[in-house]
Amino acid sequence: MILGRMAAAGEEVKLVGRWASPFVVRVGIALNLKGLGYEFSHEERGKKSELLLKSNPVYEMIPVLIHDGKPICESMIILEYIDEVWASVGRSILPADPYDRAIARFWAAYIDDKFPSSLRTLRGLNEEAKAEAEEQLANALQLLEDAFPKCSKGKDFFGGETIGYLDIALGCYLGWIKAIEKMTGIKALDEAKTPTLVGWAERFCSGDAVKEVMPEADELIEFTKLIQAIMNAAPGRQNMHVSKNDR
Amino acid sequence: MLTSKATSDPRLPSNIFLHSNFRENTERMAGDLELKLLGSWASPFVMRARIALNLKGVGYELLKEVSGTKSELLLKSNPVYKKIPVLIHHGKPICESMIIVQYIDEVWAAAGPSILPSDPYERAIARFWIVYIDDKWFPPLRKMIVAKADNEETAEAAEQGIAGLQLLEEAFEKCSKGKDFFGGESVGYLDIALGCYLAWLKAVEKMHGVKLLDKEKIPLLVGWAERFCSADAVKELMPEVDELVEFAKMLRARLNAAATS
Repeated sequence: MILGRMAAAGEEVKLVGRWASPFVVRVGIALNLKGLGYEFSHEERGKKSELLLKSNPVYEMIPVLIHDGKPICESMIILEYIDEVWASVGRSILPADPYDRAIARFWAAYIDDKFPSSLRTLRGLNEEAKAEAEEQLANALQLLEDAFPKCSKGKDFFGGETIGYLDIALGCYLGWIKAIEKMTGIKALDEAKTPTLVGWAERFCSGDAVKEVMPEADELIEFTKLIQAIMNAAPGRQNMHVSKNDR
Repeated sequence: MLTSKATSDPRLPSNIFLHSNFRENTERMAGDLELKLLGSWASPFVMRARIALNLKGVGYELLKEVSGTKSELLLKSNPVYKKIPVLIHHGKPICESMIIVQYIDEVWAAAGPSILPSDPYERAIARFWIVYIDDKWFPPLRKMIVAKADNEETAEAAEQGIAGLQLLEEAFEKCSKGKDFFGGESVGYLDIALGCYLAWLKAVEKMHGVKLLDKEKIPLLVGWAERFCSADAVKELMPEVDELVEFAKMLRARLNAAATS
C-alpha cells in the first residue's frame, strides 16, 4: 500500500489517485526519485471525489498532481513537470541530450499506445480477444527489447545509470504484467525472447523509489477477482475496469 | 525578421528551403545543416514541424512523400509507425510531430524565441491541451473529412468539434493572458499544435456546410486563428482550403476502393 508522507516544508504536494493504477505508480516513483514528500489522496473505486472533479474537469481521471493548489494532469506530463520544477533536486528524470529526450518521449508514447488496451484485455473477461492482445503485447515488448541497448548505452536502465523517464513509463506496468502472467499462464516477459528486459525489470523493481509504490502481483490479482465478481453480479456494468478511469 | 528566403511550391519534389533570420546562416546550404524533413503539403502534423523550423530560422531540405505511398527512407526512419513527419538531423530520425517541435526548440534554443513556455506549470498546461487536441478533439473531425455523406455520425462529430473548441476558447483566455497567442506575444507550442488544423477545419466547414469557427461562439479563437494564419512563420505553409477539399475527395475515393476490394 502507498503511504502518504508529510508534504515538503513550505510546499503543498498532493497526489490524487489509487494504488492499483500504473499511471499513479509513475508519479509516485518520480516523487520518490526526487526525495519529495507528498500527501496521497486516495480515490475510491466507482466514485469521483470533489477534488478530482475540480482538478481534472476535462477527463475526471487519475493521477492528478496538485502543487501549491495548481493541478497537473496526465502522468507523463506530471513527470516532466516534476523534473522541471525540482530540476536541482535529486537526479534528472529526462535525459540531458535533446535527441535522447526525443527517443525517450517517442517510446513512452508508443508504450501508452499499446500497453493499456492489451493489459486491460488480458485481465478482462473477453477470452476471444486475448490472443490478439497477447500478440500485441509481445510485439511491443520485442521492440522495446531491441531499443534498450541504444537507450541504455550499456548501462542498467533505459535512462542510463539510474531510472529515468522511459524506465518509469514502462516499469509502472510491471505489477500488472506479473499479475496477468500468474492469472493467465502467459509468459509476457520471457527470458528466451526478451532477456534484456527481464534483467532490467528485476533491477527496476528492486530500486527503493519503486519498491515503495509498486503493488504486488498477488494484491492486484485479488483486486481483479473483486472487480470480476462485481461485473459478474451486474452484467450490464461494463466500465468497472481499473484503467478506464486512469491516464 | 527574414533576410533571405527561397520560396517554392511545396508540392514540387525535393524542395530546398533556405529560411534564415541570422546573417551567419544565409550562406549555409541546407546540405551543411544535415537537416531533412519527410513530409507532405496536406499534413497538419508536417506543418507543425515546418512552423517550428521557420520560427527558429533553420534551413532544411523537404523530402516530399507522395500520398498513398511510403518511401524507403520513411520506412527506414520510422519503422514503428511509418508516418510523416520525420525530422532527420545528422542522419538521426526524430518522429511524432510534437516531439519534433520540442526537439527543435531544445536544439536551437538560442535561435529565436522559445517555442515552449518557460514556466513549468504553463508547459504542463500546454502539453495537456495538446494531448486533448490530438486524442479527443481532432479524431471526430478526421471522420468528417473522410465521411461519404452528411449523416447522424457527421452531425455528432461536428457537435463534438464545436464543444471542444468551446473548451479551447476558455483555455485560450487563460493561457494568452490578454496577449495575441496561446504562447503569449509570439506563436508557441500550443498555437502550433492547434493552428496546424485550421485549413482542414475550414475544409470541413465547406464540405459539410457547418460552422466550426463561429465568431459568435468562440470570438477569441476566431481572432487568434486570423493572427496565426497571417504570422510570418505560418502563412507560406497554410494550404489552400479548396485544394484540401479536392485532396479529401481523393482520400475518400481511395478508402472506398480499399473497402470494396
